[in-house]
Amino acid sequence: MQFFREIWLLLQQTTKDNNMFIIKLLYKYLTTFGDYLILIGRSLSRPERMRMFFKQYIKEMSQLGVNSIGIVLLISFFIGAVICIQMKVNIQSPWMPRWVSGYTTREIMLLEFSSSIMCLILAGKVGSNIASELGTMRVTQQIDALDIMGVNSASYLILPKIMGLMTIMPFLVIFSSGMGIVGAYGTAYLGHMLSPDDLTLGIQHSFNPWFMWMSIIKSMFFAYIIASVSSFFGYTVKGGSIDVGKASTDAVVCSSVLILFSDVFLTQLLS
Amino acid sequence: MIEVKHLYKSFEDKTVLNDINAVFEDGKTNLIIGQSGSGKTVLMKNLVGLLTPTSGEVLYDNRDFITMSKNEKVMMRREMGMIFQSAALFDSLTVLENVMFPLDMFSSMNYRERVKRAQECLDRVNLIDAQQKFPGEISGGMQKRVAIARAIVLNPKYLFCDEPNSGLDPKTSLVIDELLTGITKEYSMTTIINTHDMNSVMGIGENILFIYKGNKEWQGTKDDIMSNTNEKLNDLVFASDLFRKVKKAEMAEKK
Repeated sequence: MQFFREIWLLLQQTTKDNNMFIIKLLYKYLTTFGDYLILIGRSLSRPERMRMFFKQYIKEMSQLGVNSIGIVLLISFFIGAVICIQMKVNIQSPWMPRWVSGYTTREIMLLEFSSSIMCLILAGKVGSNIASELGTMRVTQQIDALDIMGVNSASYLILPKIMGLMTIMPFLVIFSSGMGIVGAYGTAYLGHMLSPDDLTLGIQHSFNPWFMWMSIIKSMFFAYIIASVSSFFGYTVKGGSIDVGKASTDAVVCSSVLILFSDVFLTQLLS
Repeated sequence: MIEVKHLYKSFEDKTVLNDINAVFEDGKTNLIIGQSGSGKTVLMKNLVGLLTPTSGEVLYDNRDFITMSKNEKVMMRREMGMIFQSAALFDSLTVLENVMFPLDMFSSMNYRERVKRAQECLDRVNLIDAQQKFPGEISGGMQKRVAIARAIVLNPKYLFCDEPNSGLDPKTSLVIDELLTGITKEYSMTTIINTHDMNSVMGIGENILFIYKGNKEWQGTKDDIMSNTNEKLNDLVFASDLFRKVKKAEMAEKK
């Protein structure tokens, strides 16, 4: 009897500890979310000098967007080619219309790859770039120096990144879709997997322009998530170089998860 | 003049600053000294507003900085210049652009005037030849001098320096000390320097505040240090053999 009583007490204690853990975890997440909102509130205030803002805005568009064009085009070309091959090999059959491979390639590129998957890839490249840049500025006291000067450091550093990435991301999505189609033509002309005429027929079949807009709208949301979440992790770093590395990883993980979650809601909302 | 009244600062349960009262005068090099971890940097961060005191007052020419509104604090900060321990120059900007940065943000000067003013400040710290270099391409001592030029470019009324000589050789430290003293007199600023470099203490300490474990332990001038009887202060200032011998010789001479 004593044995069972002890087991029961132990179970009670474990549940109690678990409750504490959950409350602590919830408290931590809510605090972090609150800090994020406060930082974004500070960031979205009117720039002190428009001249300096535009200078930073152009710089960020170049650094975050233009410098990513190469990787976007490279990945999109090969993914477009691979999707086309997979569709031809696994979907195309005598029972299917001959335009099916081109049609599905276009829809996959436009609806998911160029917006969501490309943004996931960019979350890794751009997100870690933003978090490590701001994190390094924090630990080397460059952000403190801005604050001492009376500059709103959040607005000066974060707002141009958010605006810059949101401006350039739709262009990256359009380039990605285009390059995916080029990749598909590569399999037709170079790989002779299907005839270029069939591919063209599929690509032109039942084109819905709203899908392009949907892709662009989604990418702008994702750009905001990447820039703001990564900036938050970088800006709030405490400690040294190890913490900058950790913030960089956290930024990529967190923005990737948020992109995946919001993709579900946005797809449902916009479809 | 900056006045600190009954300043307390705690982090959770730990009290880091305990009832600090001090006056930092205009046109003088005011030094805050103490061992590592004594609370010097925390005090300076409280003075410039990077940290908020648990209680107490920080008065800038009788204006309480703690109770100022956000906008008043921003305006007040434009009267401050700060030199960080790590210089804190912006990596992506050249030396000239770093010095021009406060002018770009806050002055109504045109581009030529801004460049001219920045070059004047760089000339003052003897770095005019390095204006097109990036911070990563110049030495630690030069970075500190650029930080000084950036701090004075808007003619601030208050200058704060957090361990300006750390990581520098004695000769370069001397150059930095001379620059800071010269600039303080020239612009009649209230300069506060956080240091544990005893050469600086004995060289430029016109008003020295000694902090020990978060408490104000002693305040005086560099001349008072030689005759002081505070054991904790003597342990810090005369920790090296050389300084002990200098003190001995000085005391013998006085007798």
